Amino acid sequence: MSTMTAPDKPESLVPEPTTLVQAKVRWHGPVTAIVLAVLSLVFFGLLTAAGATTTFRVATGGDAIKIDDIVVPSRLTASILSVGALVIAVLALLRSRRRRPVPAWMWVVYGVLIFLALLVWVMAGNDNALPLTLLLTNALGLSVPLVFGALAGLLCERSGVINIAIEGQLLAGAFLAVVVASVTGNAYVGLIAAPLAGALVGACLALFAVRYWVDQIIVGVVLNVLVIGLTNYLFSTVLTANPQTLNSPPRLPTIAVPLLADIPVVGPVLFAHPLTVYLMYIAVAVLQVMVFRSRWGLRMRSVGEHPKAADTVGIKVNRTRVRSTILGSAIAGLGGAALVSAGLAFTKELTSGKGYIALAAMILGRWSPTGALAASLFFGLADALRRVLNNLGSPIPSDILAMLPYLATIFAVAGLVGRVRPPAAEGVPYKK
Amino acid sequence: MSATVQDAPAPAPAPERKPEPDRPSYLQQVLDSTTTTVVVAILIALGLAAVLVVAADAASQDALSYVFARPADFFEAAWNAIYETYSALFRGAIFDYQAEGARRIRPITETMVSSVPLILAGLGLGIGFRSGLFNIGAQGQVLVGAAAAAYLGFTLDLPVVAHVVVACLGAVVAGGIWAGIAGFLKARTGASEVIVTIMLNSIALYLVSYLLTTAVLRQPGSTRPITPPVGENAMMPLLLGSQFRLHAGFLVALLAAVGVWWLMERSTLGFRFRAVGANQDAARTAGINVQRVFVSVMLVAGGLAGLGGAMQILGTDRTFQAGSAGSIGFDAITVALLGRSRPLGTVLAALLFGALRAGSPLMQTAAGTPIDLVLVIQAVIVLLIAAPPLVRELSVIHWAATLFGYDRKKAAA
Repeated sequence: MSTMTAPDKPESLVPEPTTLVQAKVRWHGPVTAIVLAVLSLVFFGLLTAAGATTTFRVATGGDAIKIDDIVVPSRLTASILSVGALVIAVLALLRSRRRRPVPAWMWVVYGVLIFLALLVWVMAGNDNALPLTLLLTNALGLSVPLVFGALAGLLCERSGVINIAIEGQLLAGAFLAVVVASVTGNAYVGLIAAPLAGALVGACLALFAVRYWVDQIIVGVVLNVLVIGLTNYLFSTVLTANPQTLNSPPRLPTIAVPLLADIPVVGPVLFAHPLTVYLMYIAVAVLQVMVFRSRWGLRMRSVGEHPKAADTVGIKVNRTRVRSTILGSAIAGLGGAALVSAGLAFTKELTSGKGYIALAAMILGRWSPTGALAASLFFGLADALRRVLNNLGSPIPSDILAMLPYLATIFAVAGLVGRVRPPAAEGVPYKK
Repeated sequence: MSATVQDAPAPAPAPERKPEPDRPSYLQQVLDSTTTTVVVAILIALGLAAVLVVAADAASQDALSYVFARPADFFEAAWNAIYETYSALFRGAIFDYQAEGARRIRPITETMVSSVPLILAGLGLGIGFRSGLFNIGAQGQVLVGAAAAAYLGFTLDLPVVAHVVVACLGAVVAGGIWAGIAGFLKARTGASEVIVTIMLNSIALYLVSYLLTTAVLRQPGSTRPITPPVGENAMMPLLLGSQFRLHAGFLVALLAAVGVWWLMERSTLGFRFRAVGANQDAARTAGINVQRVFVSVMLVAGGLAGLGGAMQILGTDRTFQAGSAGSIGFDAITVALLGRSRPLGTVLAALLFGALRAGSPLMQTAAGTPIDLVLVIQAVIVLLIAAPPLVRELSVIHWAATLFGYDRKKAAA
């Protein structure tokens, strides 16, 4: 029935004192990590040409303190980084052998080490310097629509409505943001309008999914087609006829946070962005607390996990679902506005599959706001790296790099990297 | 799964007396039938699209500014815009009454040509839907199928019939493998096929884009990401001479529809598919290997979608590029849904959407209405037929029929 729910093998929720039955050791994650680290050691480290060096550029235009380019010997640096990653992976293996959970920071450090090794290898022997600060700044900017999209997905799915229509909601949000910002000449008004467009798509989703019990995956897919068709049509007719008044939005101004923005590296990466980025920080923090620590969040999750039980204690199941879906979709609309915040004119299918990457980020982030943030940052980083390497020239074809988010998601849902478990009642209409 | 858990503690309902089954009136039967729903849904979609056409029409916009002074002007301008658009669509898709001689029937053959990949991919998706598998990945399967067919088409040099057969089989295998990944992962790890197939769509696109930049697929000596044309022998034979593009792929698609009907309705394998689609737990209890069914369904569905991709290359395009699959895979989802996952329905739905695709270029050039209107029509039709109660609420016919004793609420059963 529930097509999204993977048949979950019952985890041993065995009480502590028993020694007869023990939880299964989770080998998958650590073993995969060790294999990757060894591959990184061999390919990024040992196989690199001996004399090659890698240059990183940290400084940006208007820094208070000038930092010189960092030049490192490629083979040695990549090898050291890989060995470091290997050590962490082995530690993780030892921990999970003793059935202890592996803390998240270990995986973060592991990921950073592997990523740096990759960068060192990619730029080995390249005369250009890799603009590290610029890379990270772009990565954050590119991940903002993904974060909003993933937050939208998780709000809907936590309440039991599968939202495949994130793509359409982003696109609708971007469209309305561009048009409203162009007409009013004020990018902030566009920012307010975008969530309305997203919410409208979400209302359609809720109408069909909750009221008419249509399969939510079908509705999502078809809504995407509908929004693509509508925006393409309006673009080719109305927007193309009056590009000046309707399709030339102003840029959302960059706001530098006083003091914080002057910190080298961290400042430009985190604190010199348009308003959308700060809204994203707030949204992730607020939702993380609200979803897991508030009455509202508990009710929403209960509706998505066990609607009958929720109904029994007096929670209005369908009303909760409709509200979460519309709220989530409005957030996705905001993501659409973030997508065009640089003053981009609207073009056909502007989102180009970002909604599906956001869906992937939600799954990889295990339906939690901070997880969605981490996964989106990872995808944003892959995208930023692809763009930077396109300019500098690199041994990795950009199409292969572009595949990375999708491959990572498949590995995640197939259970190779930890386990992902969707809300239990997801996709099942609640019929009294 | 969760449903069974929830239902378990419910007390057994007291035995009720079955109400006397009252035969619904003839009017009720006709208005509640699937056919009526589909026809009304199509009409509503065309009506909504007409609103869009008027909204984007410059003459109508002008007339709207003084609509209260002279309403007739507005309605005339609106009618002209709608008439031009839909007559151009008709001339492009069915019968061109403005052309001369044999060219007058060319549009209907174009409709058949563009329906071929939709029929094949839609049939595959329909099998998946009936087996309880949501295969959103037809786009990727079509793409790898097309790439495989093109590759075999320009690298090999085989005699007349053999070459086209080999190229088609290659496409079937490629599409089958691509979908089979999702089936295998679902069977082995329980990974949701919805997510995996969506991801595989994007991976397929980047994979062929990459291969088109390498010597594997790219035409030697060219920098454009496009393959060399496939060999003469690998092309589908034309059915009506060189004046028309209609090729033997249309017959292949119809044969495939018959084959799928036989598979689903008459064969043991199809029975297993349907059993798993109806109730996985019951199927497992009955001794059906559900895991193997997942893989088989995806192999068959992917094979059909891959064949659809091959038709696009071997039937019409001759060369392959990253955009060759267009939006066939996503259109095929709407085709399968409109066709209710049945072979005959799929063929008819594919002909309808094929007609929209074939007619839209003329609509764009003759009436100035962008092709994208077709996407809106398609999406609205499918949304509406998925929710029959909504159609009955929106339909004027059904409202009018209540005067003659029609009850909209009765239809739910």
